[in-house]
Amino acid sequence: MTDLHDHATTAKDWSSDQEVRWCPGCGDYSILKAVQTLMPELGGRPENTVFVSGIGCAARFPYYMKTYGMHSIHGRAPAIATGLAMARADLDVWVVGGDGDMLSIGGNHLIHALRRNVNLTILMFNNQIYGLTKGQYSPTSEVGKVTKSTPFGSLDQPFNPVSVALGAEASFVARTHDLDRKHMMETFRRAREHRGAAFVEIFQNCNVFNDGAFGAITAKSARDDMLIPLVHGEPIRFGAEKEKGVVLDAQGRAHLVLVADVGEDAILVHDESRTEPGLAFVLSRLSSGPYEPTPIGVFRAVDRPDYGSETDRQLAASHDKSGPGDLTTLLHSRPTWDVP
Amino acid sequence: MADLAQTTQPVEIDRVIIRFAGDSGDGMQLTGDRFTSASAVFGNDLSTLPEYPAEIRAPAGTLAGVSAFQVHISDHDITTPGDAPNVLVAMNPAALRSELHHLADGGTVIVNTDAFEERNLTKAGYRSDPLADGSLDRYTVYEVPMTTLTKDAVASLGVKPRDAERSKNFFALGLISWMYTRPSEPTLTWIEEKFGSKPQVAAANRVAFATGHAFGETAELFETPYSVRPATHEPGTYTNITGNTALAWGLVAAGQLAGIPVFLGGYPITPASDILHELSKHKNFGIRTLQAEDEIAGIGAALGAAFGGHLGVTTTSGPGIALKSETMGLAVSLELPLIVVDIQRGGPSTGLPTKTEQADLMQAMYGRHGESPIPIVAPYSPAQCFEAAIEAARIALKYRTPVLLLSDGYLANGSEPWRLPDVADLPDISVEFANEANHVDAEGEPEFWPYLRDPSTLARPWAVPGTPGLEHRIGGIEKEDGTGNISYDPANHERMVHIRADKVAGIAADIPAVAVHGDVDDGELLVVGWGSTWGAIDGAVNRCRAKGHKVAHTHLTHLNPFPTNLGDVLRRYPRVVVPELNLGQLSRLLRAEYLVDVRSVTKVQGVPFTAGELEVALLKELDA
Repeated sequence: MTDLHDHATTAKDWSSDQEVRWCPGCGDYSILKAVQTLMPELGGRPENTVFVSGIGCAARFPYYMKTYGMHSIHGRAPAIATGLAMARADLDVWVVGGDGDMLSIGGNHLIHALRRNVNLTILMFNNQIYGLTKGQYSPTSEVGKVTKSTPFGSLDQPFNPVSVALGAEASFVARTHDLDRKHMMETFRRAREHRGAAFVEIFQNCNVFNDGAFGAITAKSARDDMLIPLVHGEPIRFGAEKEKGVVLDAQGRAHLVLVADVGEDAILVHDESRTEPGLAFVLSRLSSGPYEPTPIGVFRAVDRPDYGSETDRQLAASHDKSGPGDLTTLLHSRPTWDVP
Repeated sequence: MADLAQTTQPVEIDRVIIRFAGDSGDGMQLTGDRFTSASAVFGNDLSTLPEYPAEIRAPAGTLAGVSAFQVHISDHDITTPGDAPNVLVAMNPAALRSELHHLADGGTVIVNTDAFEERNLTKAGYRSDPLADGSLDRYTVYEVPMTTLTKDAVASLGVKPRDAERSKNFFALGLISWMYTRPSEPTLTWIEEKFGSKPQVAAANRVAFATGHAFGETAELFETPYSVRPATHEPGTYTNITGNTALAWGLVAAGQLAGIPVFLGGYPITPASDILHELSKHKNFGIRTLQAEDEIAGIGAALGAAFGGHLGVTTTSGPGIALKSETMGLAVSLELPLIVVDIQRGGPSTGLPTKTEQADLMQAMYGRHGESPIPIVAPYSPAQCFEAAIEAARIALKYRTPVLLLSDGYLANGSEPWRLPDVADLPDISVEFANEANHVDAEGEPEFWPYLRDPSTLARPWAVPGTPGLEHRIGGIEKEDGTGNISYDPANHERMVHIRADKVAGIAADIPAVAVHGDVDDGELLVVGWGSTWGAIDGAVNRCRAKGHKVAHTHLTHLNPFPTNLGDVLRRYPRVVVPELNLGQLSRLLRAEYLVDVRSVTKVQGVPFTAGELEVALLKELDA
């Protein structure tokens, strides 16, 4: 056993000895690599880090991290992680899952973890398909999706995960994709450094059941025109020459424009720290699927007390007021009588 | 605060059963509770049975809205809230109509005549006024215009008419307190404490109480008051406690005795919510409570906290157990300590949410997929819920397993005097977390195996996050014994299924043998009970024995595994009867396990057995 306290960690210190069992070519590999590469840079310790997951391909993630980990049951990871983070505010708790795990069977737990602002870093791998059950449509699949369970096309309106998170009062919401390790690592770093619930949607390719779902926007050749990088404090521009941008009209709707047409000053400046989530929501609605220009980066990052710290604050206040709990005092706290 | 004057010499009686009944908004639960508290402080033995409708406020004056509270006070040891009340206090016609059938023949009815007007009589379904048509002739009826007397008495206080009317339950309490010579000081003090911030309401309630008391003293309607002397309890300090409060305190104690913080994840559900309420008050004990988004999140959070080294607890009733089943299975697979409290109520589905039943036993035993054994502990009286909670924690912590604690609605809301234990006498259930490697790898390097077991308990080590070098991953997928690595090997799965079963079965050696009471050596009949039926069975067995029959009684507090001597005990008696508030779930388990011809006595009406009806059932079995 290596004593990790004595030296800075390397990616190897964060990699378990378990054989990774995702399909060859799966986008999950690059996400795992990004996390394992980032961990030493963050300066945390494996013993203070916990990965919690539910069920699905993505949910195998904890087995590959040489940290504490729990591979739980379908959908429940945010609830289990809530208990852990509430009990142990000292830990660095990550939740990993897919779109089915977190937005379908576990949708309720996700939104409540977000609104409570539990100190969790939540990575949601969105591949718009059920992989582990071999190819049914998911809550993020597009309308009309033909799958094994929808031979005539899906009738369901999909969720926009960023919109859902913003609607659930999340204090940190971001999006990245599995083909850009640098962007992933930067986004994960921001999420991890955020105190409270940080939600990251990762466009992830399932090369077996939904290959190329994001190709139209994440392929190297497409990125300049199809990904709109959000950078705090900077005008929202994209295109090879940054010739395109986002403007708001008088009704508060966002539009894509040529900068030359409206002038640089008209371009919306991104402000992730706005208390009111309305503008972040408008940005989340810029694209209705991975076939139109789509914003990536941090949509929202605001400070709000996290749930575990608030819980500890109440405990400390009670302790200060009443002193440490004393069992004998408790037992005698209701009316009593003595029998001699 | 001094007691109110009481000049008439009371007649001594050994016990009395009083049933307070009124509309849901009439405050009958409060009235019963206050009468009980005064009796407890006075030193009587007592047992209570609150019964209230599922609707918060059903339409006023209807049968559906009747709320009742029965209390049995005695100068000797009693174990049930009593079969038939001697006194019924009926605040309106609906209360009279729905509750009269409980009353003992020749019993006393005290009615609030102000409520007996045509509209209320019609709402209650009376075609004629029972106070006038002779239908109450076999009872002693006292007609008291409680509303009018209360309003008149508080008129000078300037209280709003609605508040004045609301105080009539304190008038009733004052009157009954006089009739049974209860000390008035505890009630008057309680009014000051409870309504101190609303001086007008406090004054109205105080005056109403005093007016009811004085009415008894002066109205010459009642021949004489009665008194019930204090019971001869064992020496000690006592308090009156409900099962839910005792259970909550037991959980507080378990955390203290284990030396780890308590974490409760729960979702509001009748009749379990009071445990969440109680524990949420005691933050200075380091107790964290989470009102989760649903039942599943409640147990999930508790399990997450358990992974972090806390005493994880979730509290619910039967419908919640159904929702938590998958997570309970995960806890079995993870082999982490967890306490799952089921305050059983009438089912299936929403069933009878405010009524009691014992029909979750099979769900507790088998209600998960796969071979998923979970130890079960069941308290038998309200106060004993304290001990049961500590026992559940002991087993969970020692064997790293979820434990089901099966209480029920009757234990939860019922109360009895409890001799407070000396904290120094409570068991040590302290736990040790793993803090070092427990194995060496092929190269001779130390490593940590999360499923390397203690050979005596088969418990695995509990290594909590934050411990350097013991990082490990656990999950619901079958794992290899020892390493804990994922394994789909068929032989390994079979081995793990057996290990988990053996671990739980092995707890039998670590729990008390069943004790038999009554005619232990020559009983013709053995009565086997579990849970809240203890009091009624005890009463029925005593009555049968008083009639010359040889009857023994044993009561199970551990239902999985069964105590090691249970089979021998069952086979020792020619007849075995199991009374249960279900259709025979324990009797089926006993038949299957021990091949003994167990007879089943059942009741599923949402209310406990009375000792009387069990006596009849036992006599029938003895004659058969």
